[in-house]
Amino acid sequence: MDSIEELFRNSDISKKMGEILRSYKGKQVTLMEVCGTHTMAIHKYGIKNLLPSSVKLVSGPGCPICVTPGSFVRTAITLSRDEDVIITTFGDMIRVPCDGESLLDEKSKGSDIRIVYSPLESIKIAQQEKNKRVVFLSIGFETTTPVCALTVLKADELRLKNFSMLTANKTIPDVMEILSADENLGIDGFIYPGHVSAITGNSLYRKIAQNCRIPGVVAGFEPMDILHAIITLIRMINKNEADVINEYSRIVKEDGNQIARNIVNEVFEESDSVWRGLGNIPNSGMKLRQKYTKYDAHEIFDVKDVDIDEPAGCLCGDVLKGIKIPPDCLLFGRTCTPGSPVGACMVSSEGTCSAYYKYGQ
Amino acid sequence: MDKTIRIAHGSGGKLTHELIESVFKKHFSNNFLMQGNDSAIFNVPNKKLAFTTDSFVITPIFFKGGDIGRLSVCGTVNDLVSAGAKPLFLSCGFIIEEGLLTSDLEKIAESLGRTATACGVKIVTGDTKVVQKGACDKLFINTSGIGSIIEGVEVSGSNARAGDVVIISGDIGDHGCSIMVEREKLNIKTELESDCAPLNSMIEGLLGITKNIHVLRDPTRGGVATTLNEIAFQSKVGIKIIEENLHIKSQVKGICSILGMDPLYMANEGKMIIIAPKTEESLILSKLKEYREGIDSFTAGYITEEHPKRVVMNTITGGSRIIDMLTGDQLPRIC
Repeated sequence: MDSIEELFRNSDISKKMGEILRSYKGKQVTLMEVCGTHTMAIHKYGIKNLLPSSVKLVSGPGCPICVTPGSFVRTAITLSRDEDVIITTFGDMIRVPCDGESLLDEKSKGSDIRIVYSPLESIKIAQQEKNKRVVFLSIGFETTTPVCALTVLKADELRLKNFSMLTANKTIPDVMEILSADENLGIDGFIYPGHVSAITGNSLYRKIAQNCRIPGVVAGFEPMDILHAIITLIRMINKNEADVINEYSRIVKEDGNQIARNIVNEVFEESDSVWRGLGNIPNSGMKLRQKYTKYDAHEIFDVKDVDIDEPAGCLCGDVLKGIKIPPDCLLFGRTCTPGSPVGACMVSSEGTCSAYYKYGQ
Repeated sequence: MDKTIRIAHGSGGKLTHELIESVFKKHFSNNFLMQGNDSAIFNVPNKKLAFTTDSFVITPIFFKGGDIGRLSVCGTVNDLVSAGAKPLFLSCGFIIEEGLLTSDLEKIAESLGRTATACGVKIVTGDTKVVQKGACDKLFINTSGIGSIIEGVEVSGSNARAGDVVIISGDIGDHGCSIMVEREKLNIKTELESDCAPLNSMIEGLLGITKNIHVLRDPTRGGVATTLNEIAFQSKVGIKIIEENLHIKSQVKGICSILGMDPLYMANEGKMIIIAPKTEESLILSKLKEYREGIDSFTAGYITEEHPKRVVMNTITGGSRIIDMLTGDQLPRIC
């Protein structure tokens, strides 16, 4: 028997949906997929070249690696050079360049940098390496932050003295509101992130729909999910309906996941946060609460993320805002490739530039 | 024998001798090895030979579906098979980290010897070095192989022609995916195991009924995607893959989807990509399916004059995308 996900990959139905889209003769529409996993899936399933020229998809700032600023990478690199430190991190973070250096370079020079699949693995490492100080690079959106919070609670329960997190966690709501209000972008509809919504629920999107008159669809990541979301959005835009439809109801509940939010709320509090390309956005980040600052690597090691200039010519910032597409960038495919990335959007497998390069060039 | 391997086991003295006698010769025994000289001396049946080498550094050294010993034979044997050769002789070099359990080494030697016997190849020369703790990870093995090209067979990565079909001898990505779950100790319950297997008898059987085959290539590191790109580049042709045709186990799809990886880039250790004229397609498929290693063989796509040097996949939505070569390692993504 096919898995549920398999059912949403049905080729015949997907092709029919493709035909419906191709036959669209209405007005020009611009849709933004907010989430990096959507960007990847859209390219992976070749959805862009199913669309008529009147339907434009732009990618949003929903790749957690891409929006993490160079200043954070610089701090991580500095910490990794301390012989007593073990850095634990999600995989694609280690290739993000900063002034021509990356954690991958540091690893090959001998720094102890380990890829983990879950932040909780850092706890095990800290227990095994008692003479070392384990620092987890805590990044990500609402989807990832609950397990980061859980890791802090676990460390606290075990009274670990050699574990901390360098945090740059971010939240989606404020940046979404900024993008919605930006007339230069001219977004007619949003494909909302399925994973994030599973935690946050849909109330935020309803606010955007009401205030900015922009409809949205919460979508899953299989081809039928995405195609259906696009068809629904086009229909809503043409009928001038500014509503939010949850088409990922097999995962996303209207009020999200309260348990996960409680855990996050116990450990983290709102803070300002610097986004690559978007700059500092008030209340768009998460920092550890006072009670847990003993696990805050910025505090323990007394380090600050110092602003650094983006690489010359790199358009990652504009790409993240959806103003530019990767081929607009002079570096794209020339000096900036997945093998030697200049900007973060080329590094992460969910980055827009990486998706364009990998699946389309 | 000592319970663990020590530096002295690689020093060339008495302990080395003891190790060779009690572990290696026991499992690799044949007339050529027993000549006991610095080089093995042998005759070969055909003037046209294939010669290849490969090193094996896999972690863990024992894995579901095989071990580093079996892999060291299969890897080199399959490289010879990909040249259209009948594998004959192997060399075998061991680099051992001190502290390795002698019993583990013996298990691996036994597996290596058994696999070689099953393939009909002889291990005729070898070498052992022991390095300090930390200088290698438990055990590295290098094998080189000599094979005799089967008469009338001319296969090469540059021989793919427009109109040819691309056949793959079974499900994609099992080895890479299964190893990743074990190595990273991912808490995923799966029956998935490595497909590690020698393909010489299947391909010899195939070449026995048709020599009208243009390319043989085993999609190991970098997976099917990388191997097809190499062929597209060498042959200066386009390769079209049909996503619906691909055979990928649902467990592989699931694990890859959790980790943000693509089965097309996952290593295989018991699969062959066969590119041949369309007229041979049904003959090849029915022959491959006679063998356990080829029972799930399928046609993945075809060679085209369009988009030369590129691999393009027609996706299940009716769209298409470029399948590029792998850059660096696949890294697990954040969410």
